[in-house]
Amino acid sequence: MATQGPIHDPELVDPMIDPRTGEYAVIAPGHNFKSVTQKIAGIVLTANTPWAWVGGLFLAATVATGVIIAVTWLVLKGVGIWGVTIPGAWGFAIINFVWWIGIGHAGTLISAILLLFKQQWRNSINRFAEAMTIFAVCCAGMFPLLHVGRPWLGYWLLPYPNTMNVWPQFRSPLAWDVFAVSTYATISVVFWYIGMIPDFGTLRDRAKLPIAKYFYGLLSLGWRGSTRHWIRYESASLLLAGLSTPLVLSVHTTISFDFAVAAMAGWHTTIFPPYFVAGAVYSGFAMVLTLAIPIRKFYHLEDLVTLRHLDNMAKVMLTTGLIVAYGYGMEVFMAWYSASHWEFFMMWNRMFGPMGWAYWILILTNIAIPLTTLWSRKLRVNVGYLFFLSFVVNIGMWFERFVIVVTSLYRDYLPSSWGTYRATKWDYMLFIGTWGMFTFLFLLFARLAPMIPMSEIKMMLPQTKIRPGGADAEVVTQEAL
Amino acid sequence: MPPREGVYGLLAEFNTPSELVHATEMAHRAGYRRMECYTPYPVEEAAEALRFHKTGVPLMCLMGGIMGLITGYGMEVWVNVWGYPLNIAGRPLFSWPAFVIPGYEWTILFAGLSAAFGMIAQNGLPQLYHPLFNAPNFRDGATTDKFFLCLEAHDPKFSPTDTRAFLETFSPISVVEVDH
Repeated sequence: MATQGPIHDPELVDPMIDPRTGEYAVIAPGHNFKSVTQKIAGIVLTANTPWAWVGGLFLAATVATGVIIAVTWLVLKGVGIWGVTIPGAWGFAIINFVWWIGIGHAGTLISAILLLFKQQWRNSINRFAEAMTIFAVCCAGMFPLLHVGRPWLGYWLLPYPNTMNVWPQFRSPLAWDVFAVSTYATISVVFWYIGMIPDFGTLRDRAKLPIAKYFYGLLSLGWRGSTRHWIRYESASLLLAGLSTPLVLSVHTTISFDFAVAAMAGWHTTIFPPYFVAGAVYSGFAMVLTLAIPIRKFYHLEDLVTLRHLDNMAKVMLTTGLIVAYGYGMEVFMAWYSASHWEFFMMWNRMFGPMGWAYWILILTNIAIPLTTLWSRKLRVNVGYLFFLSFVVNIGMWFERFVIVVTSLYRDYLPSSWGTYRATKWDYMLFIGTWGMFTFLFLLFARLAPMIPMSEIKMMLPQTKIRPGGADAEVVTQEAL
Repeated sequence: MPPREGVYGLLAEFNTPSELVHATEMAHRAGYRRMECYTPYPVEEAAEALRFHKTGVPLMCLMGGIMGLITGYGMEVWVNVWGYPLNIAGRPLFSWPAFVIPGYEWTILFAGLSAAFGMIAQNGLPQLYHPLFNAPNFRDGATTDKFFLCLEAHDPKFSPTDTRAFLETFSPISVVEVDH
């Protein structure tokens, strides 16, 4: 009867679906070297700044002034203006630090780990994911520095010869953190910049304004696309990817040691490092979706950041979300299996104590909503739903850190020292201010630097196929069109 | 040191990477050695045609990594055993497992910086001026969608007329003489 189902009707078949694999195409068909260059460079080199961009930048700057005000007041008055006190000595500062740096991890995962696994689809999203990493690390790095109380003496954390003859104490995870986070920030910036050099060369050659030619010329270091340069460049990129992969795993592992090394119920577990890393990637991919979905819509990049990308990112979120869910399950199991009174009480207090609501928000937003719906391909390619979900997961991951930091601390071993934790308006102002700062930096990046790596997109086009003899080159051009 | 005046070389422009690789391979077989391809993205086949395989970047990266490990770990040991010995909960002064993480981070830091800056240095960058930028068609295509082969004038086989005729046989879009 119904031999001609809708899927067989050529009119109704989605042109983005590859008929051979049934998967969405990584890049929409019909692109060539020129069109890719024009599309991506055009966003940067156009003389017309979109009004929506100006409005967004203004709004972000307004929110970011919260950082300036909150930090100024903090420097004048001291950390007493925050809600941190005994027993809850680690409040928003540490929660936000772990949350922001976790977000950054997806950028490195996309740019390094997926490069090593030869996942070519990453090429469309790696540049702005790396930018996201750097801006997230900027926001993250601020919190521990301010939390030390006298940020202007922050350089005391570093090992340097001084007249006091005092040196850091390397048996403390807090000293490890200084090394891990500073290395991570440095290598991320270098990897990002190295990746942009050829694209800055393209911008230099296509810019019309003298000032743009001048600055992109300086930034490109005189890149001219020489083959010997390219081979060394590829070699360095691969090495940086190979180095960033263990780096990104070690950074969140070190951060989890800040907790796991302390003899605190709920912190002192061996599952922390893998569970922190998975959580970091989970929230990071959510943030990539939060950024990618409006950007592809606003700049009409649906050809380059396709549904395939969104689908794959949702799959990574599903995987890492399940690892996180396993971590939560194991925490509850170990609270019972360890037969430790303190562990058992901590878990009971976490779920049903005065701050139990935070735990259930976490379960709802990190487990119940995403991990039940991401199995559906229909929902994984539903752009609106993914956008909504990316916020849900980021809220959930923030609450995860809140639950870990606060619920272990505010009711510890000695009931007479129990207290509570309440963030002040300065805590909120600084935290919300960092969202503005992050958005502000990201909008500047979107306007001034190539958001998508042009040279890497070109490598994925069918025109790159080499025909021996070179004579039937016409055929290649024809086929591609 | 090649002369800094006169002709730098002859630059042939192609539409596709296949034509470029073919022309490069043929130029190599004809005995040209001082030549270079310019492409908007890495074309590994062009490097093979140029017989360019080994780069010094991995070695630099390894040296950097070893240097970072020795510097980082050595510094920790010196600081905590000799420079500023502290008794932390009765742990030994030389707590080697605790020193692993900062040593590991500095290994990665030094290796990564060596790979990145080593690559830039080996490429001779930054070099903001290059004779090829004088060619009228080079900047329009080399970083966008065209593929260039430059046979350089200091190759012993180079001759302004014969080399031009040789390049013309591959039917390029154009062959341009580039001045220093």
